[in-house]
Amino acid sequence: MEILVCVKRVPDTAENEIEIKSDGTDIKRDDLVYSVNEWDNYAVEEAIQIRDKVGGSVTVITVGDEEGEEVLRRQMAMGADNGILLSDSAFEGSDGRGIATILKAAVEKGKYDLIMTGAQADDGAAQVGGMLAAMLDLPYASLVNKVEVDNGKLKVGREIEGGNQEMNEIELPCVLSIQTGINEPRYVGIRGIRKVASVEIPTLAAGDLGIDAATVGAGAARVKRVDYFTPEMGEGAEILEGSMEEKIDKLIELLKAKGGLK
Amino acid sequence: MAQMFAYIAHKCGEIDDTAAELAVAAKKIDASAEVTAIVVGDGAELDTVCQAAAKLYPQVWKFAHADLAYPNAEMVRKLLVNVLAADAIVLFPHDTFAMDLAPGLAVKLDSAYVPDIVGVDGMDGGAIKLVRQEYAGMAHAHIACDAANGALLTMRPGSFQPEAGADAGGTVTDKSGDIGDVSAKRRFLEIKVAEVGDVDITKADVLVSVGRGIEEQDNLEVAEELAKAMGAVVSCSRPIVDAKWLEKSRQVGTSGVTVKPKVYLAMGISGSFQHMGGIKGSPFIVAVNKNPKAPIFQMADVGIVEDILEFMPALTEKLEG
Ligand SMILES: Cc1cc2nc3c(=O)[nH]c(=O)nc-3n(C[C@H](O)[C@H](O)[C@H](O)COP(=O)(O)OP(=O)(O)OC[C@H]3O[C@@H](n4cnc5c(N)ncnc54)[C@H](O)[C@@H]3O)c2cc1C
Ligand SMILES: Nc1ncnc2c1ncn2[C@@H]1O[C@H](COP(=O)(O)O)[C@@H](O)[C@H]1O
Repeated sequence: MEILVCVKRVPDTAENEIEIKSDGTDIKRDDLVYSVNEWDNYAVEEAIQIRDKVGGSVTVITVGDEEGEEVLRRQMAMGADNGILLSDSAFEGSDGRGIATILKAAVEKGKYDLIMTGAQADDGAAQVGGMLAAMLDLPYASLVNKVEVDNGKLKVGREIEGGNQEMNEIELPCVLSIQTGINEPRYVGIRGIRKVASVEIPTLAAGDLGIDAATVGAGAARVKRVDYFTPEMGEGAEILEGSMEEKIDKLIELLKAKGGLK
Repeated sequence: MAQMFAYIAHKCGEIDDTAAELAVAAKKIDASAEVTAIVVGDGAELDTVCQAAAKLYPQVWKFAHADLAYPNAEMVRKLLVNVLAADAIVLFPHDTFAMDLAPGLAVKLDSAYVPDIVGVDGMDGGAIKLVRQEYAGMAHAHIACDAANGALLTMRPGSFQPEAGADAGGTVTDKSGDIGDVSAKRRFLEIKVAEVGDVDITKADVLVSVGRGIEEQDNLEVAEELAKAMGAVVSCSRPIVDAKWLEKSRQVGTSGVTVKPKVYLAMGISGSFQHMGGIKGSPFIVAVNKNPKAPIFQMADVGIVEDILEFMPALTEKLEG
């Protein structure tokens, strides 16, 4: 099975305090720790496990600047066979549809049986997988937390509300967006990264992909971020101040009053 | 202004709370709009839902089809492409069904798509002004959506407060004849219901809930000791279950368990809407987080900026003291 996994390099929200620039144009990026989008890491692990079971190859692909190469290499250290970087100044400012348009062009350059994305990325949009599938006219399932290969078809579980699982049969080729928890992504050590440090990663630009630059990037985006802002918050929580001791004493008092202590 | 629609979520003949929320959101886009509810399904249940929708919307379009008894996104997408005008503005709840359906529908209708909206600021020329959150709720963004070719918008559940009591006195129109071909390459098989664990967190009055801030599996002990000292039960956020450190039945949230405790201690939890969506009944919420900007501090009653790995043992010690 030839599998393509779309991955994105994102600021790690577990590692960073996200702050907004004073003019609202962007978040402060100087000291951010970046990593591969959490959901994509599960998608790559799933792809590797499927390949190891039924044969084939895993290709990881990203749309981004040259730093995108870093996440491709990391996912190759995990076990992906190939990496492709899609990079062009014309891609900057693309909305979700723009990203899907770029990915679609790259998908059509290869021959894939299964395309995977993460369920969502740093802006919580959860859109690129579904858009890509529709553009390719392929069947799609989102929030997938179980994949079984079965005779040219897949049996997939989708996670729905309440932790219930919706089982579906889906024809190949297809696009799946992967939900966290589907597997336990393997650890990538420094040695693994070193091993793939010099592997060639092709970079494709709009021209290589036959993409009309007018259909992607900021100019084509119908959905635009006007600015980032800090909302006027209600009162929010009462923040307990003082030493750790004092906070604990105050909290115990509050918990007693609210029935939080037996 | 193009025609506006609201896609109604329902289950077992019951209309979802989000149906009323979408009506509020639609009015914020255009106060004068006559919004049409779209209700898809089958059987007697569908009529019950249509009646409920008619209380919220002046017009209800009913689509009944045996193959749509369970909402298969690929089929519903075909249906909507068949019946909607290209410039329609359609609101959905941001739930697992809309996440499955709407991005692909936006491509097929060639409409703009904005997911997981938490606020609406009306129209500005041909653009709908919206508010979203990014980076796990740590940044808010104003969004301008060019709706000239139509727009699909998914609204975060709980973000729009419906007014109680009004009755729109709407009319239900059976549009089933317009459904057309809904054959699909994806076939629904069955629902596997989530397993019940050894500990029922829905029954606990006090929950000590741990999130990614617990950092390591071994540190869970610290939470268990605190829970014991408080007479509480340990629950958690999703990353703890994804890492297989606790069983799924301990996960609070939209894709986990809905809890109704009296007191909820959120320890190293950022406060995502999927997590908070599992906490009902307005408990007294205490958040302990080392990041003073964590979104959870906007939702908690009491906030403490501390490292939970130091705070929890110190609190336990004091309680046992
Ligand atoms: C379809 C879907 C369904 C989902 N369903 C659920 C669900 O049911 N339940 C759920 O919980 N999530 C759910 N999620 C995931 C959700 O979006 C968040 O990713 C998740 O809730 C984050 O968990 P967290 O707060 O523990 O981790 P994070 O967001 O990483 O937050 C960790 C917090 O801990 C703080 N912290 C770190 N170290 C310490 C320390 N030593 N002391 C104190 N504080 C510390 C950090 O400042 C941060 O605020 C779902 C997501 C999707 C897409
Ligand atoms: N720039 C990108 N390059 C490659 N894949 C992406 C990119 N942006 C989003 N994706 C894929 O689409 C998924 C969902 O992202 P989103 O729709 O942006 O929330 C991600 O998990 C990735 O798999």
